Amino acid sequence: MIDNQFTSTAYYQSVAEEKISGTHCKACGALHLPPRPICPRCLSDDVEWVEFGGKGVLKAFTVVYIAPTVMIAAGYGRNNPYVAGIVQLDEGPCISAQILGLDMAHPETIAIGAPLSATFVERGEGEAKKKFLAFQA
Amino acid sequence: MTTRKLGRGVALVGAGMSKFGSFPGKNSRDLFVEAFQEMRASVDKGLDPRDIEALFIGNYSSDLFENQGHTAPIMADWVGLTPRPAVRIEDACASGGAALRQGLLAVASGMYDMVLVGGIEKMTDLPTERVTDTLATAADMVYEIPAGFTFPGFYAAMATAYMAQYGAPLDVFLKVGLKNHDNGALNDKAQFGQRISSIMEARKASAAKKGNPIPTWETEMDFLRDPRANITIAWPMRLYDCSPISDGAAAVLLVSEEIARKFTDAPLYYIGSGQASDAALHDRPTLTSLPSAKLAAQSAYEMAGVKPADIDVVEVHDCFTIAEIIASEDLGFFKSGEGWKAVEEGVTARSGKRPINTSGGLKSKGHPVGASGVGQVLEIWKQLRGQAGERQLPGAPRLGLTHNVGGTGQTTVVNIFERR
Repeated sequence: MIDNQFTSTAYYQSVAEEKISGTHCKACGALHLPPRPICPRCLSDDVEWVEFGGKGVLKAFTVVYIAPTVMIAAGYGRNNPYVAGIVQLDEGPCISAQILGLDMAHPETIAIGAPLSATFVERGEGEAKKKFLAFQA
Repeated sequence: MTTRKLGRGVALVGAGMSKFGSFPGKNSRDLFVEAFQEMRASVDKGLDPRDIEALFIGNYSSDLFENQGHTAPIMADWVGLTPRPAVRIEDACASGGAALRQGLLAVASGMYDMVLVGGIEKMTDLPTERVTDTLATAADMVYEIPAGFTFPGFYAAMATAYMAQYGAPLDVFLKVGLKNHDNGALNDKAQFGQRISSIMEARKASAAKKGNPIPTWETEMDFLRDPRANITIAWPMRLYDCSPISDGAAAVLLVSEEIARKFTDAPLYYIGSGQASDAALHDRPTLTSLPSAKLAAQSAYEMAGVKPADIDVVEVHDCFTIAEIIASEDLGFFKSGEGWKAVEEGVTARSGKRPINTSGGLKSKGHPVGASGVGQVLEIWKQLRGQAGERQLPGAPRLGLTHNVGGTGQTTVVNIFERR
């Protein structure tokens, strides 16, 4: 009987508490964010929770003008674009996140490698309200 | 990965496609019938469709696009082929390429002597934001999409990483689209089969007719650089960097090699196929290459016993212009970081040394996602058989390759065909 605790629900519960929880593979030492019950590097299932510090750098980004409905509902769109990016945490793993505080009017000046710090954004209304990991330039 | 060999040879003896475009009033089965009819007519020595033993249908999301699941039996029924087994293959935008590969494996295994491989998608019934949402489900809805990513956004992010790593200028992406429109202008199946210059002149004429100020664009690049003419979708990807929202279908007939010449004196042999999977974009060691594409290509080349330099005709998955540049490197045609220079130098143009996407690619021809991987084979079929009309490549091309990507490379399928 296996009870997998390294679930996306557990990850988002930690985000709701403004923590960034991933996994550490006790067999090979690899770190993973989001958490993974099986280490993709060595296939061991001997993993434990680990908390990440929230400092990182920008690896890639885009300024989104044609938004999906969930971001339109959050007030974004053609006249109010936002940045989505891939961030590498100082501990190594990379994650997708909304990035705040970048100069969207001059995207060519945004530097790959720019330092970022974790923050948290809330989207959705009522019971659908949920916290997400984001980063601040 | 270990090199795998087919149990027996497989040949392509018929191929057809609907026009790609926006067709209100036609659903995926209507378009599939058009593709099937053209495929049937393409079999030089004739086909009795009752000899078809099974169907493999590539389709991404009829469920969300058309509110219709379980589409494969419907396609079989609408071309009169029930009760033959019909299975839908879903690997996002690589569904068509994956269906081809499953058809190949089914014939090579000896299970069937003749199978029909189809690809279908009907996208234009939904408004743009719901199409964007539906395509987004090809990414990780739990860990990628909450970041605000869209598909143009993912590829745009790859473009920023590529520009930073290799110094590629913004203009180079526009040149990929321009080139693909030049090719698509010669393809009567293309959704946007016009040169950028024709689109530009039409806009000027329309402004003049309405009594508006006439735009001052002098060249195609002026037009493409104009943020009002070429709006930003997800910077740095703009409207003319993005493949369109499309309806369409394609169908090809695969048979065992032993019986190929009963159907045509000019069969193509399906000699290589590779497929690989991968994690979410953020979880890969590189953002400037698709590891799954490199692996799929390596498997396909090894199975076929050919090298990148041997390939004469190439259709790559240019869902966005950056994707074509990365594909040209992943397939081994150019070194990493040099694909953009090949675009600048015209190497990938129809008249260049390494023509890419002579059909117009997904950009100009259209991208009905589940149909695209099968649609790519139509160009190989025509080019290798000398039937590509005005866009025919010179020198009697012998080897053709298709590169079909699902998502941002969570799946890539590469297929290789040979004329003997």
